[in-house]
Amino acid sequence: MLPDVSAPPLLEIRGLSKSFGPVHALEGVDLTVRGGEIHALLGENGAGKSTLIKALTGIYSRDAGTVRLAGEAIAPATADEAVAAGIATVYQEVNLLPNLSVAQNLYLGRQPTRFGLVQRAEMRRRARDLLAGFGLSLDVDAPLGEYSVAVQSLVAIARAVDLSARVLILDEPTASLDANEVEVLFSVMRRLAARGIGIVFVTHFLDQVYAVCDRITVLRNGRLVGERETARLPRLELVHMMLGRELSEATHDRAPVVDEAKGPVVAAFQGIGKSGYLAPFDLTLRRGDVVGLAGLLGSGRTETVRLVFGAERADCGSVAVDGRPVRLTNPREAIRHGFGYCPEERKTEGIVAELTVRENIVLALQARRGILKPLARREQDEIARRFIRLLDIRPADPERPIGLLSGGNQQKVLLARWLATEPRLLILDEPTRGIDVGAHAEIIRLIRQLCAEGMALLVVSSELEEIAVYADEVAVLRDRAHVAMLAGADVSVPAILAAIAGETLRAA
Amino acid sequence: MTLRQPHSGVPQIIALLVILAVNWIVSPQFFDIRLQDGRLFGSLIDVLNRGAPVALLSIGMVLVIALRGIDLSVGAVMAICGAIAASLADSHSLPVTLAAALGVGLLCGLWNGILVAGLGIQPIVATLILMVAGRGIAQLITEGRIVTFTDPALAWIGGGSIVGVPAPVAITAVMLLVTLLLVRGTALGLMIEATGGNERASTLAGIGTRAMTIAVYVWCSLCAAMAGVIAAADILGADANNAGLWLELDAILAVVIGGTSLFGGRFSISLAVLGALIIQAMNTGILLSGYPPQFNLVVKAVVVMAVLLVQSPKLAGLSAALRRRAR
Amino acid sequence: MTARTPVSSCLTALGLSLAMMALPVAAVAADLTVGFSQIGSESGWRAAETTVSKAEAEKRGITLKIADAQQKQENQIKAIRAFVAQGVDAIFLAPVVSTGWETVLAEAKEAEIPVVLLDRDIDPSGKDLYLTAVTSDSVHEGRVAGEWLVKTVGDKTCNVVELQGTVGASVATNRKKGFEEGIAGHANVTIVRSQTGEFTRAKGKEVMESFIKAEGGGKSICAVYAHNDDMMVGAIQAMKEAGLKPGSEILTVSIDAVPDIFKAMAAGEANATVELTPNMAGPAFDAVVAFKENGTVPPKWIQTESKLYTSADDPMKVYESKKDLGY
Repeated sequence: MLPDVSAPPLLEIRGLSKSFGPVHALEGVDLTVRGGEIHALLGENGAGKSTLIKALTGIYSRDAGTVRLAGEAIAPATADEAVAAGIATVYQEVNLLPNLSVAQNLYLGRQPTRFGLVQRAEMRRRARDLLAGFGLSLDVDAPLGEYSVAVQSLVAIARAVDLSARVLILDEPTASLDANEVEVLFSVMRRLAARGIGIVFVTHFLDQVYAVCDRITVLRNGRLVGERETARLPRLELVHMMLGRELSEATHDRAPVVDEAKGPVVAAFQGIGKSGYLAPFDLTLRRGDVVGLAGLLGSGRTETVRLVFGAERADCGSVAVDGRPVRLTNPREAIRHGFGYCPEERKTEGIVAELTVRENIVLALQARRGILKPLARREQDEIARRFIRLLDIRPADPERPIGLLSGGNQQKVLLARWLATEPRLLILDEPTRGIDVGAHAEIIRLIRQLCAEGMALLVVSSELEEIAVYADEVAVLRDRAHVAMLAGADVSVPAILAAIAGETLRAA
Repeated sequence: MTLRQPHSGVPQIIALLVILAVNWIVSPQFFDIRLQDGRLFGSLIDVLNRGAPVALLSIGMVLVIALRGIDLSVGAVMAICGAIAASLADSHSLPVTLAAALGVGLLCGLWNGILVAGLGIQPIVATLILMVAGRGIAQLITEGRIVTFTDPALAWIGGGSIVGVPAPVAITAVMLLVTLLLVRGTALGLMIEATGGNERASTLAGIGTRAMTIAVYVWCSLCAAMAGVIAAADILGADANNAGLWLELDAILAVVIGGTSLFGGRFSISLAVLGALIIQAMNTGILLSGYPPQFNLVVKAVVVMAVLLVQSPKLAGLSAALRRRAR
Repeated sequence: MTARTPVSSCLTALGLSLAMMALPVAAVAADLTVGFSQIGSESGWRAAETTVSKAEAEKRGITLKIADAQQKQENQIKAIRAFVAQGVDAIFLAPVVSTGWETVLAEAKEAEIPVVLLDRDIDPSGKDLYLTAVTSDSVHEGRVAGEWLVKTVGDKTCNVVELQGTVGASVATNRKKGFEEGIAGHANVTIVRSQTGEFTRAKGKEVMESFIKAEGGGKSICAVYAHNDDMMVGAIQAMKEAGLKPGSEILTVSIDAVPDIFKAMAAGEANATVELTPNMAGPAFDAVVAFKENGTVPPKWIQTESKLYTSADDPMKVYESKKDLGY
């Protein structure tokens, strides 16, 4: 549905500013959301999207500017006040309680009561009705944690909308959803918009913007770049607005296949597997080659790399590094053989949030050197500075705690951590997930460069176009087993999709 | 998310200075120091000397806490090792006595470390076992009585001095320096902070978190063993019922006053020792003040609360906001 | 476990010393069996009480069955039920707590087995449930200590520092009260400082160190009164380390009469102690024998003697007699 342009805006932000000390996080930003529209809020990491949302929902106080909701000025001082005013927010990490039931989560703190007693039956009935309105049919008595992240997000949205919402802010709700789940989410969003709710949608996926959004507001470096209608904004121009520069279209072209001799084998895995975890597979990694791992969520991609890195112990098969048989029983062993691993879960398995960028960068190198051979502070500074420059990590302050950096910059620090060890095999699990377009392109550029320098790469990615661009070989997984291996000219998005769908198997 | 910066130590130093100043007010001779039988003598020396056991415990405890663990057994380990030292002192030479006491301390640490890192038992539960059983073991060694000794070599550890500095103070200082050297002179400190901050990430970065955890618990118990020997040497006897009783809590408090979070990560050994001295300066001040002992715990609680509040980031934010509003 | 099982030869040597305590030995007590629910062995005194009880039973030819409750009332209740089931002639109970005994003591009464409380009394509502209670009067102990001091200093001005027991413990409250009664009416004897040493040597030493600093290097202290000997042993060390001469320059008086204080007395470093006798069982046996043989109902409370020992009482000899009792 197209929003009525003549109607007064539902949410109107004018000249909003917010500073943290000398840093201007937001400077005179405007945002206008009409009732019944889905409005994309876009920008690179550090553009000010999160600050804007927090200033809007009472988590931060604003320094200047006005916020009007349906024409009425509001100034929520807390998140609760924002909710009461009609602005609800659902974050990427769902803020619900996984051990409570779906119904309890929906009505936590506002359970229907009679004579002070919670009316469970009434609560369950209302919960079912509410979810039915979203096209969801769930067992409302089951613990929320038993459902997928996607369903949990939907429950969070249902709760937020039911609380009051006239404006619903969705902060990267799709980051950890697969394609089908995204579709379900979109249909819910459209349904809500049809009810007249204004939706602010924050995402990094441009495809999703074009699939579901009516209008787009772009921020850069805390300033408003512009507000456009989606239908009239070409993709390239949007990228231009976000980055302030033309993004090389080359990232979406496949490099010409140079018919050179295959590099020497760095590591060969034969029949490696673990029962109940991943079926045995073969994998050969060569100098200068990128091997991609493709498959749906939960198909066994992360499981594969964890076995390769020794983070999970295989119960069968053999591994040879440089032709010599080795045993990889833990990450230390793998690192000793020159492996490196950037895990998918950046926060829980990658960064040490309170340590500085410098400390995070030298960590793996230091671990490999051993406790008794500490890197002198001078060497650490040198390494940190080198990689901050090389990877363009921002802010370029080696002594800043990494937890304060944006996702993309955290990812670059993790890359730096492994590059500092000069690995021969680097494993990247979803290296571009949840990071902005600019960093995204840089990381792909970097993958190609590393490969050209003779490193072997094993890359897991959900973005098939991306894999098709840089991978020399692609292993396709389905249901925790390797089902196909595509190489050379066979590597293409349609071929990967066919393999994932199982068509290759039938053909073979 | 609040990210803690490396510790400045300013609040702790101010706290110590304020407490010392208050001590000076309640007891004007507080800073008097003279030489007595070749040993420095004065209230300030008492603070250092009496603070030595808790300072030793806090040196080990801060490492354990930095790894997101906790060691409740240090008091009991003190009792065990003190009992062993006192039982052997009159029949064996000092090196043998010390080796036995410290060796048993090492075994205690190994036990804790294996329970925590090997079997994955929660630290608070794992060390609770030795906390409860350890005192019983100590009582078995002493047969429930106070085992006294006369060996002057062991007695020197409690009452002797090196160029005027009481032996417990000197031993603690050496232990602090050795630990600093081991932790900050090598990459161990970084690895402990990384592991305490995010154990999974550290394991994946190639840190041998398990072996390191065991080593840290062993070091903590060794510190406790040394503290136990000092406590026994001090009273020329091992009192299994009371040696080190509740000192694990003082050590944890010292670590917390020193700014190390119970959630692990960033730590400061020196500030933990400073925390121990803050606690002892307070104890000594209370004793000097002449207040009825019923007030001891209340005074202590108020002062500790004040020190911790000063460190609280939330409070710092609040006071800044209040200042802004006042303007 | 019975007293007839091998009791080491030291117990026979005890005969002498116990005879010294001048207890009337019952003529006929053979074939009596007594069950004794002991608290545990949490202190040296408790261990000595157990040892002496065995010796007293042996002396009278009484079979004594001892059950160690390890500080738990439920264990004591179980032990009493077991004794009732075995049909013993009498039950001794050293109650770990003062309440909750009605049911199990009623069961014993039902079975017509007399119960004697040792060392501690129980809640008044159970008065008719036991035959008698053999305990010391801790107010009286304090009074004896105070009276000794008053007599010893005569008309001289005397500043006393007091080392209290654990704050809130009834024994500490009573010994303080008794001492104050003992010195009442003698304005020349005043308590100038009073702090808790928590009944331990280490704390006794630490508190004494601070008293010395607070009282001008100890020069103005005339006497030390400690609620138990352990704290005094620590305080004596503190005085010696400060270059003071306990026993001569500074008078000492404490309570309990544990062996180590006699050693100090023999060395001229301590002056007096008031005995808390470990022989609670002796009078209890006598009461039970008299009750069984002649039906003599003893008074509800048998107060044990609080004997004063000074350096004039051949401390080395007393030490020898006491050192193997298990203190």
